[in-house]
Amino acid sequence: MLDVQAIRKDFPILERRVNGRPLVYLDNAATSQKPRCVIEALVDYYERYNANIHRGIHALSEEATAAYEGVRAKVAAFIQAPQPESVVFTRNTTEGINLVARSWGGKHLGPGDEVVLTEAEHHSNLVPWQLIARETGARLRFIPILDDGTLDMEAAARLIGPKTRMVSVAQMSNVLGTINPVGRLAEMAHAVGALMLVDGAQSVPHIPVSVADLGCDFLAFSSHKMLGPTGVGVLYGRLDLLEDMDPYMGGGSMIRSVALEESSWGEVPHKFEAGTPNIADTIAFGAAVDYLQDLDMENVRAHERELVGYALETLGELDGMRIFGPLDPAIRGGVVSFYYDDIHPHDVGTVVDRDGVAIRAGHHCCQPLMRRLGVPATARASFYIYNTPEEVDVLVHALKKAKELFSGVGIG
Amino acid sequence: MASALDDLYRDIILDHYRSPRNRGRLAQPDVATQGANPLCGDEIEVSLVIKDGRVADVRFNGKGCSISQASASMMTEGVKGKTIDEVKDLVASFKGMMHGDFEPDGDELGDLEALQGVRKYPVRIKCALLCWNTLAEGLELLEKSRAH
Repeated sequence: MLDVQAIRKDFPILERRVNGRPLVYLDNAATSQKPRCVIEALVDYYERYNANIHRGIHALSEEATAAYEGVRAKVAAFIQAPQPESVVFTRNTTEGINLVARSWGGKHLGPGDEVVLTEAEHHSNLVPWQLIARETGARLRFIPILDDGTLDMEAAARLIGPKTRMVSVAQMSNVLGTINPVGRLAEMAHAVGALMLVDGAQSVPHIPVSVADLGCDFLAFSSHKMLGPTGVGVLYGRLDLLEDMDPYMGGGSMIRSVALEESSWGEVPHKFEAGTPNIADTIAFGAAVDYLQDLDMENVRAHERELVGYALETLGELDGMRIFGPLDPAIRGGVVSFYYDDIHPHDVGTVVDRDGVAIRAGHHCCQPLMRRLGVPATARASFYIYNTPEEVDVLVHALKKAKELFSGVGIG
Repeated sequence: MASALDDLYRDIILDHYRSPRNRGRLAQPDVATQGANPLCGDEIEVSLVIKDGRVADVRFNGKGCSISQASASMMTEGVKGKTIDEVKDLVASFKGMMHGDFEPDGDELGDLEALQGVRKYPVRIKCALLCWNTLAEGLELLEKSRAH
C-alpha cells in the first residue's frame, strides 16, 4: 500500500489553506497536483541545460536532447510499448486523438466506413471524429451505456462489424469512473479488421496500463493528470501505422529534406513533432513517470480502489444522494459523480469550496452523457495518491451544510 | 455557516430560487430568446410581451443553479411595467454592478442588489448574467424587427 502521509509531504501545494481551511483537493480527474521533484526538474532544466534539441552540437543541446529522448524511452517502458519510437509527444490527449483522426482517418476513412465510439465519451474523443467524419463521409456509431454506467457489450458486438474501421473508447470514464473492457473491444475491432484507439486520459494516471496487454493500436493520454506539467501529452501508436500516416503539422524537426515545392518527412516519431517541442515540461514529465513508477501503479490502483469504495459508501448514506456509474469498486476508478438532493452542482461546488474542498461541477465535457443521465450537470469528486478517507469525510460534512442551506429547494 | 456564503446566498436569493416568480413561457410573446452557458450546461428562455412601449408581461424558463434562477426571477419582477429604455438602463446597471464598475445606491436595483455578493465568486458571475444577456438579446431582436 501507499504511505500517503509520506506522499503528501512531496506535494508543496497540499500545505495551502483555502478559505481558512486545509486544501482538500478532489479534482484530480481535471488535473493532478505536482510533486516537488517535478517542479525541481523544470527549474533544473531552465537553470542548467536550457537549449533547443535535435539541432545544436553544443553540450547543452546534447544534454537537453538526451533528457527529452530519455523521457520517450521512460514513457514507452511505463506503458510497455515495444519501442520508444512509437511514443509521440503531443500537447495533450485531445491533440493525440485529433492527430489520429486527421492523419490516419483522413487517409483511410471514406463514405460508408464506420467509427465506433460510446455514448459516454469526453468531447475530445467525439468532436475530432465528427470533424473527420464530415470530411470523409464516414459514419459514427455509438455503443450505449447501461443504467449501471457500464458499456452495453451486446450492443457493441452488433455495432462492431464489417464496416467498422476504428473503435475509439475511453478506458476510464471521466464522469462515471467506469473502467471499460477496452482489451475486449480491441479484440472485437481486430476481428473485423478495424483498429482500436484507447483514450487513456483517466486510466493511465490511475491504473496499470500496458499497450501490450490491451492490444490497442493507439493510446492517448496527458502528463498533467499524472503528476506532470500541463502542455505535454502522449500518443502511442503501432509503429507500422505511424509510419504509414501523413504528418499532422508541417514545420521544422519533422522533415528529411525540404525544397521550395516539396518535402519529405523525417522518421517516426519526429514526423509528428513539428517545431520546437515543449522540452522543459516533457523533461519534468519524466520525473512524474519516475515518481509513479517508484510507487508502482498496482499500489496506486489499490489505494484508489479503497478510497473510492469508502467514498461510495459514505456518500451513498446521505439522503437524496444520487451517484452515477457502477457501485462496484472493482470496475470503478477514483471518480465519483453525483447529484445531491436536487441542489445544483454549481451551488454544491461553491458551498464545499468554502470548506476548502475542491470538486468539479459541470458537464465535464460530456454533454451527450449528461443528457443520457438526465441531468444538466453533476458534481464530481476524483481522487489520487495523496487523498485520504478523512478528506472524504470533510466533503461529506460540507455536503451536509449545503443541504442545510438549500433545504426546501426542489425545483430542479 | 461562513459569512461569505451568507453574503452569496442571501435569504432573498434563496426565496426566489425556492419560489421563482414569472416562471414559464408566454403563449404569444412578441419576442422569445434562448441563452445557454456552455460551461455549465445551464439553459434559459426569456419571453416578453410589449404593449405601448412597456413590458406588459415577461416569463423565464430553464434550468440552472440558484444564482441563475434567482437572478432570472428577480429580473422578471424588475422589468415588468418598465419602458424599453428603462429596461435597457436596468440591464446596464445590473451588468455594471456584476462587473464591479458600478456601485448601486438606493432603489435603482431594488432586490437585485442582493446579487452583489456574486461578485466575489468570479465563476458565478456568468450564472447571474445569463438571463440578462438573454433579455438584452430579445430587446435587440425586437428593435431590429421594428426597424424594418
